[in-house]
Formats: sequence, C-alpha cells, structure tokens
Amino acid sequence: MNRSLITSSVLHVIVIIITAMSLPFLSKKPIDLPPIVSVELIQITEKTNIPFAPKAKKIIEEVKEKEKKLVSEQAPPKKVKKKKPDSVPMPEDKVKKVEKIKEDKQSPEKIDNEVKQVSEFEKKELFDPNNIAALIDKSKEEKANVVNKTDKVTQDQVKNFENKGLSLSEEDALKAQIFGCWSIPLGLPYNENLLVRIKLELKPDGSVIKSEILDHVRMNKPGQGFYKVLAESALRAIKLCQPLRVPSTGYERWKELQLNFDAREMLEG
Amino acid sequence: MNYFKNFFIYLIIVLLIPLKSFSLIEVDITRGNLNPLPLAVSPLSIDDKSKKSFEKLLKEKNIGEEISSIVENNLKTSGLFNPLSKDAFLQEPDIANLKPRFEDWNLIKAQALITGKVSNVDDKLRVEFRLWDVLAGKEMMALAFTTVPTNWRRVGHIISDKVYERLTGEKGYFDTRIIYVAEEGPKTKRIKKLAIMDQDGANNKFLTLGNELVLTPRFNPTSQMVTYLSYFRNLPRVYLLDIETGMQEVVGDFPGMTFAPRFSPDGKKIIMSFAKDGNSDIYTMDLENRIVEKITNHPSIDTSPSYSPDGKYICFNSDRSGYQQIYVMNSDGSRVKRISFGKGIYGTPVWSPRGDLIAFTKLHKGKFYIGVMRTDGSGERLLTENFYQEAPSWSPNGRVLIFYRETKTDQKGEGFSAKLWSIDLTGYNERMVKTPTDGSDPSWSSLLSN
Repeated sequence: MNRSLITSSVLHVIVIIITAMSLPFLSKKPIDLPPIVSVELIQITEKTNIPFAPKAKKIIEEVKEKEKKLVSEQAPPKKVKKKKPDSVPMPEDKVKKVEKIKEDKQSPEKIDNEVKQVSEFEKKELFDPNNIAALIDKSKEEKANVVNKTDKVTQDQVKNFENKGLSLSEEDALKAQIFGCWSIPLGLPYNENLLVRIKLELKPDGSVIKSEILDHVRMNKPGQGFYKVLAESALRAIKLCQPLRVPSTGYERWKELQLNFDAREMLEG
Repeated sequence: MNYFKNFFIYLIIVLLIPLKSFSLIEVDITRGNLNPLPLAVSPLSIDDKSKKSFEKLLKEKNIGEEISSIVENNLKTSGLFNPLSKDAFLQEPDIANLKPRFEDWNLIKAQALITGKVSNVDDKLRVEFRLWDVLAGKEMMALAFTTVPTNWRRVGHIISDKVYERLTGEKGYFDTRIIYVAEEGPKTKRIKKLAIMDQDGANNKFLTLGNELVLTPRFNPTSQMVTYLSYFRNLPRVYLLDIETGMQEVVGDFPGMTFAPRFSPDGKKIIMSFAKDGNSDIYTMDLENRIVEKITNHPSIDTSPSYSPDGKYICFNSDRSGYQQIYVMNSDGSRVKRISFGKGIYGTPVWSPRGDLIAFTKLHKGKFYIGVMRTDGSGERLLTENFYQEAPSWSPNGRVLIFYRETKTDQKGEGFSAKLWSIDLTGYNERMVKTPTDGSDPSWSSLLSN
C-alpha cells in the first residue's frame, strides 16, 4: 500500500516537474517582447534594404526637391514683408531683415546637409552588398563595421530565435511570394472548410525537398472532390514559387515549414 | 524497480517529444490571385487515314484541331483559364500525347496541358484526351469517347467540361444549349421565333415559324423539355416542347394575362403567374394530372416565380410594399418574407442552381442592372449596368448568367437591337453571345450529358 502510494506520488511529482520544464511558455506572459522587436528592426533593414536601396535614393531625392520647393515657396512672404510697408522703416529693422534674408538664403544648404546626412546614414546600411564597387576605398572601414554588426545580430538572432517562429518581415516576404503564385480555384464551395495544410522540407536555398499534405485522407473522401482541387492548386503554387523566399539565416529554424492555405477569405469576399 | 526506471525514461521521452513539434513554423496563406490559369491546349493528333475519312464525312479539314479549338474557346470564355498561343508550343501534338516534355511546357509558363488523339474506329469518332499537371509532371485525367462523327462539337464541349471540373472543383457548363426568342424586323413589327443553339452559339436552329408571338421559353432542369408562352388567336397558352422529338403540347389555356411559366426543380410542375379577376397571383400546375393550385393570395401583383433547387422555397416579385420587390416564401405559399430592400425596383428573380444566390434585374434612376444577392437578401452585388437589360438565366453550375440587352432607338425609330449577353459572377467577364438574328429571353439548359 505504502509503496504504491510513494511510487504514485513520485510519479506525479516527476510529471509535474517535467511539465513545468517542458511547457514553460504556459507560465510566461507575452510581456517580454520588447527585445524581440528591437532585433526585428535590424532584421527589417537587413532584409529589405537591398531591393529598396534605389527606392530609398529616389525618396531622398524627392525629399530634397520638396525641401527646395519649400524654400522657394517661402520666398514670396519676404517680398510681402517688403511691400508691407507704410510703417516707418526703422534702420534697425532693416538690418534685421537683411540678416533674416541671408539666413533664409542659407537655409537650402542647411537642409541639403541634413538630407545628405540622412542619405549617408542610409548608405551605410543600404549599400553594402550592392554598391561595393561603387563605394570608394575610404568607405571600406565603415562597410567592415556594418558587416560586423550584422554578423553579430544574426548570431544573436540564431540564439534567440532557435525554435521560434519567423519574424514578421520574414513571414511577410514568404507570404507575399506565395500570394502571387497561388491561383485559387474559383469554383470551390465557400461554405465548406477550405483549409489545406502542407508540410514542407526545405533546402537552405529555399527549394523544396518534400511536400506532404497533412489531411491526406480527406483527398479521396466522397463529396470532397473540391478539396483535392484545392490541395493541388496549393501544391502548384509551391512548385511555381520555388525556391521559396526564406530567411538567409537560421536554417535549422525553418528547414521544416507548414503552410496553411485557406481560400475562404478570398472566396467569401 | 527496473521496470519503473524504464517507465520513467519512456515517460520523459514521451513528454519531451512534443517540444520538438512546437518548433514547426506555420505560415497562413489566406490570399492568392484570381488570374486565369495559364494552360496549353495542344491540337489533338490525328493519323492521315482518319483525317481523310473525317474530311470527307464532316467537311472539316483537320478535326483534331477543330475539337481542340472548341475546347480552347470554351475555356477562354469562362474567364478562368488563359489558353496560351499555339505558336509558342515546342512539342508536336502526337509526341506530347504520349509523354509530354514538361520542361518545354513549363518554359512557356503553362500550368496545365491538354493533349489527345482522334481516330476513326469503324466509322466512329474516337477521341482520347489527357490532362496533365505540368508543374507536378503527372497526368491528372485521361478519358476516351466514341461517338458518331457528327457529334464532334459535343465531344469538344464534354472535354471542356471535364477539364473545367477537374481544375476548378465545380461542374462545367459547356455541353449545354440555350433556348431564346429570335427576333427580326422593325421594332413595331417584330417577328419572334423560338430558337435553340449550343452554348457557344453554334448549331442555331429555329423551332417555330414566327406566325405567333412566343415569349419566355424555359428549360426543364431535369430534361430537354421547354415550356413557353405563345399567343394563339390572341389568347396566351402555355406550351410544352420536347426538343429531342419536336413534339409540342398545350398545357392549358389561361385567359387573362399569363406570365413566365417555369418548371419546378423535379420537372413535374410548372409555376407561373396569371391574372384572374384583375389580380395577378402565383399558381402551380401539376403536369401529370393538370391540377392547378393557387400559391399566393394577395390583392397586389405577384409575378416571376422561381423555385429554389431543393424545391422548398419560391422567390417571386410583388408590389405589396408599394414598389416591386423580391420576396421568398415556402413552396406552399406560407411565410412570405421580403428580401430586397435596396433603392429602386427589383424584378425577375431567379434562384441559382447552386442554391446560394438569387439573380435579379433592378431598375434604379432609369438604368437597368443585373445583380445577385444571397437568398436572405444580404450581399447584393450589381454585376452590370446598361440602358435596358433583363431576364437573367443561370448556367447549370450557377457561375454564369445569360441575359439580353436592348439598345436605344434613334429619333427615326431605327438602330434598335436586342442581343444576348453573358456575365460571370465576378462581374468582369462580360461577353456578347453571337446569334444570327437579334435575341431576347434566353434560358440555359442543364448539362446534356450527366
């Protein structure tokens, strides 16, 4: 009697300990997110800079132009001031005005400087992969720094995100790619469950080694013919999108990936 | 004790395994594109002997190419597929039918491929066709038909239906016919005949001579029977016409105004409205025993009844609220409920064969719209707007509507025309259906081959 009691209690204790150890996320509250967000910000630049570098340049140029325009638009009021007038022009005032005008004239340069600074800042991070040739020797040091920085980040990120999901930007990149590839069969009944779950095994470059439909049994059930059509369209989308736009780092994290294709939102809307 | 040890180890392993599975990343894909699917329709291959024999018989140069162009045209008009230009094909039809080189088809961005073979077997037309998934590199479907050579157009339509069903998940609508009122002559002196044609406009035939006025032909959803209204000595009569045999039969004389006879889903009854003692109500007539039953009993004008595909409900229009609106009731006339509440006048409600939507004509601020709404009246969507258009009729799969559109006459009373048009539920794929004469009041048949 005693012995069985002891074994039972020991068993229970062990189960509780193991549960507490293996399911710690249950006790955690999702408050400690801030560090993740900060790391993600870096990821976003790391990921999105490359394609958007020319865009950023354009935007900066546009900003410049706008600022110039603004300056020129500011000019007329000065004339108005001059016109203003009948009030007795005190000599001191005149001097002040001249000074003001001078300041205003200088202002475009100031703004230019600011913009340039912004652009340089952007360049540091934006241009390292693409414009290596274009950047002159003196920027090498900066570049090296940036590379070091990103290296650090990725290492941390691998440590931090082991066994965790994709970051928002990574997920968005992948989603956007598959959205473009997936032709939804329009004839599906939209009051049915239209969820196809596909498990993928991926190579580091994003190409698919194996794809498996998780609800395989449903494919051949009578009355579920539409499900087969949907599943096939999802498989086609994956094939069409190959290689998938996966993160460049953390292969262990995403070498197995599950895609949940749900057509309902599109068909209902 | 050893047993317990093993048990603990096992327990720990079991409890730790789920940890691994938590690491599987899930990504939800909730959007896709609705672009037409690019596919290649390779001409059906044909041996020289068969080609010559069919050329003699059917006066068609290359029957294989003709059939494939029917398939191509059907799939294109559906708006869901984008058949690629034949000029880009790299593989010959006969070889492609045996084993396509998927890389070649992939290169021209085809996601599906149709190949096939036509041959003459004992003076019969034998058509084999295969549907290939180019991306997966496998066969999706393979079928063969043997029929009399004159049926070659239908074979093209049946292949289109099979491909459509396999790729979209719903039944096709290509092997169908459309009956309509063919119109000729000036507006004041129109000659109206019943006419029937294939859904793509081919094989147009006139069924009546045009001596009497014919109106509102409607197909029986279960067979190739048509009911229509014709005036005989200025009295409206409801007729039944068997298209296969050409037999015509009078269902009954209905003095006063009779409108829009339509079959029940099982084809055993006709539902219509007619005016008795100055009041229009909805009636049904059992075709076996010719018993007439009054369904609505209201002093307002109730017209245009249409059954739901399960036969349990009827939608119709009525002006009982002051303006003409759409109502739904049980098939015995109980529980009448108004479902349209938008601005304007609603008419000609037709229940979709799929059961999910009701198509209607709407008149608002002098413009006519064809639209659809759910059966409870929610989700109203107007698909097309024009000067004058009405009488939508559903394709058997409930995806496309055919209706007719009239143009304005000029000051001299000329320039008037009435044409058949089709539009799909997206509202983007609007097409004119070619008819040899003007046409109105179309009705779509069910699939000829079920």
